[in-house]
This record gives sequence, C-alpha cells and structure tokens, in this order.
Amino acid sequence: MPNEILNENDIKTIIEKVIAELSLAGSTPDSSAAAENSVPADNNAAVCCGRAEEPVVVEDGYIDDITEHDLKEQFFVPNPEDKEGYIRMKQFTPARIGVWRAGPRYNTVSSLRFKADHATAQDAVFTSVPDEFVAECGFVASQTVCVDKDEYLTRPDLGKVLSVSERKRLKEELPKNAKVQLVVGDGLSSAAIIANIKEIMLSLKQGLRSYGIETGPIPFIKYARVGVEDEIGELTGSDVICLFIGERPGLVTAESMSAYIAYKPMINMPEARRTVVSNIHRGGSLPIETGAHIADIIKLMLDKKVSGVDLKL
Amino acid sequence: MVERMLSVGIDIGTSTTQIVFSRIIIENLASDFSVPRIEIIDKEVIYKSGIYFTPLSSPREINMTAVMDIIIDEYAKAGVKKEDIKTGAVIITGETARKANAVSVVQALSGFAGDFVVATAGPDLESVIAAKGAGIDVYSKKYGVKAANLDIGGGTSNFAAFNRGVLETTGCLDIGGRLIRVDKAVGRVTYIAPKIKRLLEFNRVALKEGCRADLSLLSQAARLMCEILEMAAGLRPQNECYPVLSTLEGREIKLPEPVKYLSLSGGVADYFYRNKDETDVFKYEDIGILLGRAILESVPFKSVTFVEPAETIRATVVGAGSHTMDISGSTIHYSQNLLPLKNVPVLKLNPDEEATEGAIYEAIKRKLEWFSYEGEIQAPAIAFAGSKGLSFSQIEELASGVIDGARSILEHNLPLILVIETDLAKVMGQTIRAKLGRASPIICIDSIRAGNGDFIDIGRPVANGRVVPVVIKTLLFA
Repeated sequence: MPNEILNENDIKTIIEKVIAELSLAGSTPDSSAAAENSVPADNNAAVCCGRAEEPVVVEDGYIDDITEHDLKEQFFVPNPEDKEGYIRMKQFTPARIGVWRAGPRYNTVSSLRFKADHATAQDAVFTSVPDEFVAECGFVASQTVCVDKDEYLTRPDLGKVLSVSERKRLKEELPKNAKVQLVVGDGLSSAAIIANIKEIMLSLKQGLRSYGIETGPIPFIKYARVGVEDEIGELTGSDVICLFIGERPGLVTAESMSAYIAYKPMINMPEARRTVVSNIHRGGSLPIETGAHIADIIKLMLDKKVSGVDLKL
Repeated sequence: MVERMLSVGIDIGTSTTQIVFSRIIIENLASDFSVPRIEIIDKEVIYKSGIYFTPLSSPREINMTAVMDIIIDEYAKAGVKKEDIKTGAVIITGETARKANAVSVVQALSGFAGDFVVATAGPDLESVIAAKGAGIDVYSKKYGVKAANLDIGGGTSNFAAFNRGVLETTGCLDIGGRLIRVDKAVGRVTYIAPKIKRLLEFNRVALKEGCRADLSLLSQAARLMCEILEMAAGLRPQNECYPVLSTLEGREIKLPEPVKYLSLSGGVADYFYRNKDETDVFKYEDIGILLGRAILESVPFKSVTFVEPAETIRATVVGAGSHTMDISGSTIHYSQNLLPLKNVPVLKLNPDEEATEGAIYEAIKRKLEWFSYEGEIQAPAIAFAGSKGLSFSQIEELASGVIDGARSILEHNLPLILVIETDLAKVMGQTIRAKLGRASPIICIDSIRAGNGDFIDIGRPVANGRVVPVVIKTLLFA
C-alpha cells in the first residue's frame, strides 16, 4: 500500500530498540536465538513476565489460524487402542470427536476452535456481499425493504418484500415472461454467495444452453429471504425462478448455499411448491457439478410444468 | 425410491459349475433437498442351484452344450426368465479358464444368460469375487482388522486380503483339490498336474501317475500343498517352490506381515470347517479332502484366527452374482441408446497426465495408439481421478484436452467414454457436449475407479435414468 509508513521489519526493529533501551541495557537481543531454540510453551509466560536475568527475544513466528486445520485430521486421544480406525471413522463425520478433554471440559484448542468457527459463522451472517463483487458478476443490484442487517434478521417477513420503486425498476431491467429467471440473494450467509456463485452460474448456464435455454440479467437481492423469489416470479412472469441463497451457517461450514427452484411462483403460495437443492459448497455437493444437475431439474420442471413435491425427480 | 435388480452369477470352475440368483436393492439415500445419492443398500441370494461337475468334452475343452443345458434347466427351476435378469456375471475360474475354448464359452454364455451379464476371467478378480462371496471384506470392515480369504478350489487357490474393508492384496496359487486325482476302483493315481509334479520332485516324494494310491504318500503331497498355502499366508518362509506354484509368475503373494484373520472358502473348506471325520477320503476321487485335513492339522495355521465364511463352495458364484456390480455416481451424462456397452478396455491417466489441458491431450493421444490396430481403433474408457478443487474453467480446459486427444475416436464416430473418480461427470459431460454438439456419442460417469488393464461394462440406466450399473473386471485368460 502506498500510504504504509512502516513495514513489519521496521516495527520490529523499533520494538527491539525500545526493549533494549528500557530494561535490558547492556544485553543485546538476539533474534536468531528464537529460531534456533524453540522456546517451550511454558517459558513463554516467563518471558512475558519479563524475568530480568533472561534475554528477551522477539519471535519471528506467528500463531496458526486454527480454523485452517482440517477437523477430520485432528486427533488428540492419548494412547488410543486403534488410532487408524478412529481417524478413519472421523472421515465420515464433521463432528468434533476424538478431541479429548481436560477433566469434564474441552481442551483449550477445542474450545478456541469452537469459538473461532462460531465467529466465522457470525461473520458470514453479519457481513455483506461487497458491491464490487456484485458488479464484477454483472448482477443487477437490488434490495428488499429491509434497511439494515438488524432489521433483516429481526423481521423475516420484510426479507420477502420489494419496495414499489425496486419492483418497478426490476420490472424494467429484467426480461419479461422468460423461460428461466435466475436470482441471487445473500440470505444468511454472504460468504456462501462469494464462495460459490461464480462457479455454479457458469456450469448452470452451460447446462441450460445445451437445452436451448438462454438467461438474461440476474438480480442480486440484498437482505433476501427465500420468499423474495415469489415477488420476482410475479413481476417478471417467468416460467421458472431459480434463487441461489446463502444458508444459515453452522459450525461445519459457513459457505453452504441452496437453490430454491419454483415453477411460476406466486406470493403466498405453499412452500411445498419449491424444489430445493441444499448443501452446495466445496465440502458438500460440488458447485460446478450441482449447477449441471440443476440445469436438468429446470429442464424437467419446464417440461412437467410443476415444481416442489409435485415434481418427481 | 427403492429399486430391485435381479442378478445372476454363474461360476464355471475346475471341478464344479454353479448358478445363483440374487436380488440387488438400490435406493436414493440423500434427502429430498439434496443432490441424489443412489447406492446399493442390500444384496440377497434368492436361489442357489445344485452343484454340478463342470462338463468337459475333452481334457482340453469345455462342453458348452452341456453347460447351456445346466443353465436352461436351472433358470426353469428358479422360475427366472432371461429378460428379468438385469445384471450379473459369468466367471470362468481355475484350470477351466485355461481350456482351449474358455474365451468363446464365457462370452457366449454371458449373452445367453441375460443382456447385461458380463463375462469375466482372471485370477485377481476371481480372488476378490470369492473373498466377497465369503464375506471377509465385510468382516474386515466391521472389526477394523486386516483379514484375508483363501478360496481353495479344484485347480487354484485364490487369495485376497483386506484392511478395514479395503482390498490390499490379491494373488493366485496353482494349489487345488483336483490337481491330483485317483481312481478309487483300481486304487491308482490317475492324474498329477504338471506343477504339482515339480513340487513332489523337489521334495523327493515318489508319487507318480499310475502308481498305487498310497494314503501316506498322498497325505504327504497334501501337506506339501498346504505348506505353499502357509507361505502365501506369511506363516512360513517362502522357498524355491513357491514362485513355481504361483499362477502368475513374478506376481507371487508377499504379505508385509503374517495373516491374523483368515477365512477359507471353496470346496476344500467344507472339509476344514465341517466333515472333519469323513472316513471316505477319496469320495471325490481327488486329494481335496486330504488337503482340507492337512490345513486342519497344520501347525503354522494354528496361529491364525479362522473366520467362518458366509459361503464355502459357493463363495465364488455368490460373489459373481451379488458382488460384481457397482453403480455410478448419481449425476452423470450420457447419450441415449448407447448402452449397454461391454468389454470396454480402460485407458487410465495418472495424476500428472490429467493436470493440464496440454498433458491430458498428450497422454490420451499417445495412449490411444495402444488401442488401435491397422487403422482400426477400439474406443477405450478414459479413466482419471479428477479433483474436488477444479474450477469451471479448469473443467473446460480439460474437456478441450480430452476432445483434442481423442480425435481419432470421434472421427470414427465411436463413443467418447470418460470414467472419473470425483463427482464431476455431469459438468464434464455437459462441457464436452457443449463443445461437440448434440450428435456426438458421449458417456461420462463418475464415482468409479478403474485401472489400466481393467475392462468396464456399463449397463442400461436404472433409477429413473440417474445411474448406470457398472462392472469393473479383468479379462485375462492364462
């Protein structure tokens, strides 16, 4: 960045200087010692308390991002009867098993990971899909009547409603009576949209094109609930609406997305008329493969003119 | 959605020929809100035929008409029509696979038995089929252990070892109950297989064709055969005889550690687990019962925990009927009216070869030459692993590479067949379709692993067209 005044090394040099001048005049800090003598964890505390007789070192290291570790590979049970078997079992579940304990409680690492995953989930809900991302995808930016995240989260009914002006605008910008109208909504995970939408759109559009179905501009609706697709359905008169929306994040992934597909959706129609494909993310149903699959569902829906429980897949 | 498929297994072995009918049940295990995941959920044997001696018209030829009569008769007894058969396998095993007309018999019978009944042979597949029929794969998975099955038939002994349900080792030995035959009426040894002769000579056992059927000499021969089995199981150091008795030279079974859990199947196993005090040891006019007894009395085998198999003499036929078919992933892409396809050889790409557009193009183009002969080309199934991390643009690149590499297939208007391990077949198929257009014949399936030297059979779609039955097999005739 051009406005950056000090880089990391500068800061480090200054800190080293200050420490040397403050309390350790005479003893030279030796940063290479940090790399060579890996300081056991217990000693770190001692260093923090500043035991005067020991040389203070400024470490080059950094703390791992604990959410980067694959939970399925983590195994902390001491002296297991069958470690290989346990790890193999863990491959079938994202559940936090085999993490051991301290008395009746989690170990620190498990507890921190739990909090970190929870924070990731909360971030996915509370952050927004950046405007630049929406523009980059070429989506038509729109918004429900919700004014902010708080209102969106506390008033689910408003997440299904478009203002009169937005309705008018979208009516002008979106094609009328199209066979298929694709829609994107942030829902409860902006991270899910950012992670999956580009890839799934590429394979879905290719699949639809193979059936001779072209799609027009795609609206991105901020503060969207699933029901907003009914509004879009009514105002565009499209045969099929396919809405991609971020799922409520859990502790396994914050990047899971769903597709809610409906034949001629209408406001206040029964929920049973929606066909759902959920769990779309890298660790679940692969976005590109699922896009290809959804193309077939949409084709079938157009042929049968029904959706939801009436559509036998 | 539950769908039942009737499957047939026919085993033409060294000494016996058998038929079973099984029901294979498939179901979509995914919720209604997910991409479908159709899997085989159960297999049950619903009819077992009698056990027939394999009819031979000469020592070198199988009597095809007689085999067909057995099949017609058993289909009638079971009340099964050929049209009802959805899948299954005819397997020709042991010494029978070396008969002059083995290839023609097994292929003729597969069509005779049903539309998508596959023809198979080859000691590796036979070992796996027998082990699955015996149920040792399930045992190994259930108890999380390394476990093996040894199927001791008339002509060969097939070995397969599993680690926690995953196949680890296969192998085949020329050890079997009918490799020494006697004539009870005259009390003479009538036949000794060539390799067994060498085993006897090496150990200076004076047993020859035409000599008296001496119980102690024959028991000694059975013990020597048992010792070879001990060597295979890692319970005895392997000597010079061991490679000789191996069916595929240079492919001897060598285990990293001795077998701990073992099941025995095949006809000989019936004289190990049961009928331990059979007095008429030459009941079948061969050495089978003595071989079973030798294993029973073997000291090295005492260190092994023997597992009761699900089947003994019927292990191979049950394996052929119930455990050969797999099903593809549930999101696939295929042209209509191309299936079924049988005996398609596999062209396997290694990880480097599928890494980039250029690499996949080069590899397919180069390897396709193996499948062409004097301008004729046999379209192989191009198999590769794929990866979950692939982006759409990478799929497009790979698709271009595949198309360019497989020009010679496309020019002959042969189907472009892709078999991918990762769940990517639908997007890959659609991408190739987008590049080639409607008319080109394409089959693109996933969740199937195939290797070089394998053959693949792909059946007609089931479960509302979402999946295809697949059999990965070997077609190796000794």
